[in-house]
Amino acid sequence: MSRQVQVLAPGLLTTVQDLGRDGWRHLGVARAGALDPDAARLGNRLVGNDAGAAVLELTLHGPTLCFDAPVRIALIGRSVAARFDGVALPMGRPIELPAGTLSLGAVRYGARAWLAIGGGIAVPQVLGSRSTDLRGGFGGHEGRALRAGDTFALGAAASPAIDAPRIPAWWADPGFDENRDAPVRYLPSADPAASALARQSWQVSAASNRQGLRLRGVALKGERRGGLSEPVAPGTLQLPPDGQPIVLLADAQTVGGYPRLGHVIAADLPRLAQLPPHASLRFQACSVEEAQACAIETRVRLQRLYLALERPLARFLAASAGVA
Amino acid sequence: MNRRAPDVLALADDAWLLRYGDGDSEIDDALNARVHADAARLRAAAPAWLRDLVPAYASLAVFFDTAAIDAVPARDWLLACLDADEATDARVATAREIEIPVVYGGEHGPDLDSAAAELGLTPQTLAERHAAGRYTVAMIGFAPGFPYLSGLDPALALPRLATPRTQVAAGSVAIGGAQTGIYPRASPGGWRILGRTPLTLFDPQRDPPTALLPGDRVRFVAIDAAQFARLSQLAPA
Repeated sequence: MSRQVQVLAPGLLTTVQDLGRDGWRHLGVARAGALDPDAARLGNRLVGNDAGAAVLELTLHGPTLCFDAPVRIALIGRSVAARFDGVALPMGRPIELPAGTLSLGAVRYGARAWLAIGGGIAVPQVLGSRSTDLRGGFGGHEGRALRAGDTFALGAAASPAIDAPRIPAWWADPGFDENRDAPVRYLPSADPAASALARQSWQVSAASNRQGLRLRGVALKGERRGGLSEPVAPGTLQLPPDGQPIVLLADAQTVGGYPRLGHVIAADLPRLAQLPPHASLRFQACSVEEAQACAIETRVRLQRLYLALERPLARFLAASAGVA
Repeated sequence: MNRRAPDVLALADDAWLLRYGDGDSEIDDALNARVHADAARLRAAAPAWLRDLVPAYASLAVFFDTAAIDAVPARDWLLACLDADEATDARVATAREIEIPVVYGGEHGPDLDSAAAELGLTPQTLAERHAAGRYTVAMIGFAPGFPYLSGLDPALALPRLATPRTQVAAGSVAIGGAQTGIYPRASPGGWRILGRTPLTLFDPQRDPPTALLPGDRVRFVAIDAAQFARLSQLAPA
């Protein structure tokens, strides 16, 4: 019998995501996937999953879930209030729980967190991925966000034999020294409005979603090009006729006709996922070389973190009196 | 045909955008044919780091795996691959001819009458001239499986609705500006709906998931409401 999870309360927008869907963009299929793929990877590492296992992405407020068997979980991303049968649970580490109810509350100091569960969320793969395509209505759990009453299965994994939460004293925080107020770096396009993006502060509109972050500020005047649609990607900065830029995120459509101001570099994309409605942000232009240096720095940081994690994680997982 | 090398622009840390022509806003069928030919050539070479190739009207995005290759060598490889002297146009070998059955007008084509009046045609003539066209899938986008078809008779170009409909039925065949297209699933939309096909244009459980591929040649074949009903029952839900 596979282990089941019942959704008692869905949270604000909880979706099944993995590292996204590749190879179908020419047919209009978005990449989707966790808005912070490195967070999903780390969560999976902490619970002993493959990097590409499906996790839950939480938006602003998390779900309440009931497990019918013991599970190993990890919460990554911005701080989320978590309780298991009255016990407060911390972020950034593997936690073993007996069967019971996990209540996730508000996400603090940001907008999103990810819940990895040992064995992964066992929804079927669609076009090579378990990610939810919200606009296309497929993938994930029935192509939509979780609702109260939903039930989904977990993949096979060692089930810890415990009757109370088991929590290690150490934790992993990949963003411990991150400057959350630092400007978001972007590679400007040749559009005359591209450099103007960095000259003011922008506010995140409440109409933002996984497809795009809509910004509000003093309207930019772009090149009013006729608009033959061209491919776009997560990170693309678009300038619609109202002069209020949109930064495309993981659920970005595959082509778009608005003038392009450039793109947010990959290293800074996960930070965009943490901006709640009405948050303000600034942009800073950078070069291809800087973008590449940032990508390498991110890779090195994560490698260092994974190296440091190796021993305590192995010790924790080994001590788990798990039964397959 | 203009053989000038495309401009190469950074689209994302993991993608280059090849832009053909001079950025004109007019749809140029010859440029689009070149985009599909180049896409086919790159797809045939398919190095392991190549993730996605997205053709559009006059541009082509190439997504690569940054864990496997850096941006600059990826760009150099692309340009070398496209520069290689290829005697055959790869598109000729890959272009398919697809027939799309359409019931024009009535409940399935709510804009046929008003569109015909706007163009000074009878609804019957508009339907016939739309079905007589020879189209090419210039690109797929907007929604999974939505084909933008080039080749529309310029005399049939129609402005989009001032206020888009909140719900367009799946399979609706429509004109938007100088293009025609088909809504793969029920969605909001502002194009003028002439008719509807019973075919399922996008099904994520199929491989490939779309009935049409970029570069395909398309013909519309008029059917009646009874045939539509029959074919709809055959199509997967």
